[in-house]
Amino acid sequence: MKAPERYYDFQKDISGCGVFGVIHKKRGLIPGEMPIRSMACMHDRGNGLGGGFAAYGIYPDLADKYAFHLMCDTQAAQDSAEEVLKHYFTVHLAEPIPTRKVVTIKNPPVMSRYFLTIKKDRPQEGRDLGEQDYVVNAVMHINHKVPGAFVFSSGKNMGAFKGVGFPEDIADFFRLEEYKAYIWTGHNRFPTNTPGWWGGAHPFTLLDWSIVHNGEISSYGINRRYLCEHNYLCTLMTDTEVVAYELDLLIRKHGLSKEMACKVFAPPFWDEIARMPKQEKEAYTALRMVYGQALLNGPFAILVADNTGLFGLNDRIKLRPLVVAEKDDMVFMSSEESSIREVQADLDRVWMPKAGEPVIVHLEA
Amino acid sequence: MSKKVTIDASGIYYRQLNEQIREAIAAGATEIVLNNVNSQRYIAGAVEGPIKFEVNGVPGQDMCSFMRGPYVRVKANAQDGVGNTMDDGLVVIEGLAGDVVGYAMRGGKIFIKGDVGYRVGIHMKAYMEKLPTIVIGGKAGDFLGEYMAGGILLLLGMYSDKPSEPIAGRSLGTGMHGGVIYVRGEVPKEQIGPGLSAQPLDDADKAVVEGIVKEYAKELGLNAKEILAADFVKIKPFSHRPYGNLYVPA
Repeated sequence: MKAPERYYDFQKDISGCGVFGVIHKKRGLIPGEMPIRSMACMHDRGNGLGGGFAAYGIYPDLADKYAFHLMCDTQAAQDSAEEVLKHYFTVHLAEPIPTRKVVTIKNPPVMSRYFLTIKKDRPQEGRDLGEQDYVVNAVMHINHKVPGAFVFSSGKNMGAFKGVGFPEDIADFFRLEEYKAYIWTGHNRFPTNTPGWWGGAHPFTLLDWSIVHNGEISSYGINRRYLCEHNYLCTLMTDTEVVAYELDLLIRKHGLSKEMACKVFAPPFWDEIARMPKQEKEAYTALRMVYGQALLNGPFAILVADNTGLFGLNDRIKLRPLVVAEKDDMVFMSSEESSIREVQADLDRVWMPKAGEPVIVHLEA
Repeated sequence: MSKKVTIDASGIYYRQLNEQIREAIAAGATEIVLNNVNSQRYIAGAVEGPIKFEVNGVPGQDMCSFMRGPYVRVKANAQDGVGNTMDDGLVVIEGLAGDVVGYAMRGGKIFIKGDVGYRVGIHMKAYMEKLPTIVIGGKAGDFLGEYMAGGILLLLGMYSDKPSEPIAGRSLGTGMHGGVIYVRGEVPKEQIGPGLSAQPLDDADKAVVEGIVKEYAKELGLNAKEILAADFVKIKPFSHRPYGNLYVPA
């Protein structure tokens, strides 16, 4: 899973890609079989160079621990990463992520997971940080400074599972049919401009945030620079990584609502702002001025999940497909309606959301 | 002599399904019923002649692309790319349809009962007796008829799931240099592409709209009178060659 040298020569990732998400609003547990079948239905949207899933509610017995998923080139890389983890955290459980041999999955990295809490006696450099900033710093530290080791999941009671392969094969590799979750997202990758490597597969995550994306973040350069100024370091070479960190910056750190963050990502056009009533006009103008560098340009359909819900968003001229459907307490979001029908033939409502208008679904308390 | 063939498409990969369809046609089938369709791409793609298709289930991308002649009825929603570069025939969709319906369409008709996605009818073209026509019973997303060079788009806005949205999205007809877009009722001015405006219909337009609506209503079991009981507007290119000097100033 070696990341190529001179990764900064790569700017973009243009992709066909397929995305799928499902949420049970009352936290009913959905078996892994559902997202796996949905993604398999969209097999041809990817090319076998990336598949992945995020699942929420999968570690109920360890729900108060940060669940770190690590992929490492070698055992030595994992040992180095483990040293860093022990420096920052108390390790409650460390184990290999259960996998099985799959004929189509070649040379997988060493997969491990750690269930962690913040050390009581924190190292000097982390004493003044809020708890979540402390965790973010640890993730950045490993991804940036430990060669061949990457943290690809760092939230509580959730996890990302991803790699090089078709999503159904990646699911087989990670034995995802053994998990149950109240939110699932899935991704089928078709990379073109950046390498198809294990770390570059979707979802991208930070703390509880996870994102899967069909499209291309053409503004990757400016977004990445903006994030760098806020101590988020992009190390995974896929444009989508910036969205995970922007979610954390805008929503967790700056306190924006999900709606507002979506309006930063896909703001109304200036001519639309000009026609708005005064107060709205001022609000949207301010958002565009303050967060111009966080705007996501280029085609995208993204699905974002955290421990409060799931939302879907298109770029403002809808250059990628997105379909939303409802059935009782479940809401589905996908690149194709057929992938939803594959697992839920009868639906209460099916629609295609408007460009730039998020569809936000909250878990009920 | 008609010959009906029924194919159960459940769990069949699109290549095998399309092979089965072609084999059936080669063996003389004139009517093909496809049951349990879900996600299979390119159904009826590049099929020629007066074959009748009934599609039960949600077909995959690019249904009826490059099609020349068949009659296709979809008893469900359709996905993206229906009728891509279609040449002739009739497609009836009883639900909604996704993005880029009728892309670069050059002949035939597509009738959709519900809403459609973005970029419907872009790059449509017409030549002599070839006059592609798309009727949308619901509402449309942005860029309807963008770069349109010929043919007819008829937007009704009636059978929509989106009561609060405008009948058409932004940039309606942007860059069009041929053909006509008819809209039932009004279009908000700011939704129409630069340099274009909505004009009232003349008698010739009214006859065209009436003819299309009657056929559409018949195919979808709707009331033509009710559809026609409102004023329509038309959007046409603002000159013979509106972009003739865009790159090479005269």
